[in-house]
Amino acid sequence: MSLSIKDHEIDIVIGALRSDLTSFMSEWRPIFSRFHLIIVKDPDLKEELKIPEGFNLDVYKKPDIDCVVGTSTSTIFSGYSCRYFGYLVSRKKYIISVDDDCYPAKDNKGILVDAVAQHITNLTTPATPFFFNTLYDPFTEGADFVRGYPFSLRSGVQCALSCGLWLNLADYDAPTQALKPEERNSRYVDAVLTVPARSLMPISGINIAFNREVIGPALLPSLRLGGEGKFRWETMEDIWSGMCVKVACDHLGLGVKTGMPYVWRNDRGDAIASLRKEWEGVKLMEEVVPFFQSVRLPREATTTEDCVAEVANVVKEQLGSKDPIFARAAKAMVDWVMLWKSVGSSTSSPGA
Amino acid sequence: MAEPATATQAAAPAVPQLKDELDIVIPTIRNLDFLEMWRPFFQPYHLIIVQDGDPSKTIKVPDGFDYELYNRNDINRILGPKASCISFKDSACRCFGYMVSKKKYIFTIDDDCFVAKDPSGKAINALEQHIKNLLSPSTPFFFNTLYDPFRDGADFVRGYPFSLREGVPTAVSHGLWLNIPDYDAPTQLVKPLERNTRFVDAVLTIPKGTLFPMCGMNLAFDRELIGPAMYFGLMGDGQPIGRYDDMWAGWCTKVICDHLGLGVKTGLPYIYHSKASNPFVNLRKEYKGIFWQEEIIPFFQQTVLPKDCTTVQKCYIELAKQVKEKLSKVDPYFDKLAEAMVTWIEAWDELNPTGSSVTNGKAK
Repeated sequence: MSLSIKDHEIDIVIGALRSDLTSFMSEWRPIFSRFHLIIVKDPDLKEELKIPEGFNLDVYKKPDIDCVVGTSTSTIFSGYSCRYFGYLVSRKKYIISVDDDCYPAKDNKGILVDAVAQHITNLTTPATPFFFNTLYDPFTEGADFVRGYPFSLRSGVQCALSCGLWLNLADYDAPTQALKPEERNSRYVDAVLTVPARSLMPISGINIAFNREVIGPALLPSLRLGGEGKFRWETMEDIWSGMCVKVACDHLGLGVKTGMPYVWRNDRGDAIASLRKEWEGVKLMEEVVPFFQSVRLPREATTTEDCVAEVANVVKEQLGSKDPIFARAAKAMVDWVMLWKSVGSSTSSPGA
Repeated sequence: MAEPATATQAAAPAVPQLKDELDIVIPTIRNLDFLEMWRPFFQPYHLIIVQDGDPSKTIKVPDGFDYELYNRNDINRILGPKASCISFKDSACRCFGYMVSKKKYIFTIDDDCFVAKDPSGKAINALEQHIKNLLSPSTPFFFNTLYDPFRDGADFVRGYPFSLREGVPTAVSHGLWLNIPDYDAPTQLVKPLERNTRFVDAVLTIPKGTLFPMCGMNLAFDRELIGPAMYFGLMGDGQPIGRYDDMWAGWCTKVICDHLGLGVKTGLPYIYHSKASNPFVNLRKEYKGIFWQEEIIPFFQQTVLPKDCTTVQKCYIELAKQVKEKLSKVDPYFDKLAEAMVTWIEAWDELNPTGSSVTNGKAK
């Protein structure tokens, strides 16, 4: 952990889609216990949350959410999107967010991975989006920029988002997992790398961390599948949000890293059962990806909020007529920016 | 601490893939002792040795290898006046080997690169991995967070559009190095003891629109798809610059691959790089390159190839034109280089008259 980062600058936000968090919290205790946690209960979850003692945390349930944003707005935080409420009310600089069915992983040497420390390292060392370094993260111990890497690009840019990966149950879509029911990810890739500028990727919400002050408003609940459910196979909300984040980062000159840390993702759900629900999402991606690849933000968009508003505009114009889901998403993005301004702490600073 | 493998015998594959479709090109001025270690993996393949330096010296090739060897006299004889485009006293001369090869695939390796071990201690058959990389598609249009989706035990992640899952043909497989990493001279001077001990178990496609520093130490490519772009420039004797040969080829290659819809992979396989070159010698060679690349990179990043450049040769000639137009002002060297690039294509087409202008790619 970097010496310059204080524990009090970090919030760990957990969206609780299951009520019994006992084993989850116990497994993460060695890593989480020094930090402040924000646990947001899925407003649709009926059972009482079971959380073990000994953590410094704030728990938000439906009544709390209603109180802050109003009962009509609180529906946007249903399901996996409940974590966005945590991002909204956090006052910390860095947020780390992990799904409640993920546990600490072990690296190739059998040592427990401190996912928080790795995410913070990723966020506090520069990213290098303008030229690919073949030895991956040049700021990591034992590595550097390779021959041929321009010197003017070696100071890098601020890293706004750190996307971690998953051992065991990888973040595959339902069709893929249904086709390969036994497949489990056992490959631990010892690398962190910057995703190049203008390259888009599916950003999974299962294991991420970000600099809330810089990019906070771009992580947003907006694309909700008609049949969205309580398994990741039944959502695309994080993928959509991730596209917005990447486009904003590319425009603002911020970096996005991917790779370590790994978390161990437990088996949950039935891919075949989820097939029907996710199919809508799979079809939508065919429109979503070319759309985001073509988005160009104007020079006047100098803050993250500007970027989100601009993207919302373009979504409405270009995708709104193709499917009402996009028109709704665009509106949700605009509403989110307003919500962020009124409820969220300080507006984000312009990109680096 | 990384160590080279010793017991490679057991690891040789029963059936060497692409045995008659792949040439191994090795530039050398010293000797080829290193081939002994690679024997189980390389022996089934044809070697093209390009001897740099003094042509009167005899390079001994270990017994049992099927090879052709070219020294400077051969290069002059075969190319005549066009031999001026092939570097002298620099491993850049290896690209002559690409030109004379008649095979579909090329694997090139430096003579100070040995067999590496993976974390389990097993000897790595680098050639086998390169072949796997080249024979499976690349995915340059959308980044897959689980790296190469065509590897065993991996796949496309949630959110990856199905229409992009077929991928595109892979033109280049760029391998990496354990032990002595490929650092430039300034970095070598600052960190003389740094060794790469990190085995990163990944192959990934470098996204479209992104440039990278291509190292020629451990490299394979589909000669039919991209061969003419693999010109390693004017380096060494009589030239103001060295150690930018593979870099130059890599930038040209990537721009052309992006234009034609071909893929470039990087990552596995690792080789064990044993020899650290003298950083002071390197600094003198690289010195100009370090300044020039600040102009060169934006040039390549902004280069647009016209739609009617539908073959590698056409793309390359167009690039040469743009180099002359835009980089000559940096240094007259680029004028010479642009001309040499054209000479290279002329020589390539002469030596490879039929079928060499066919490409699977589509001009963007």
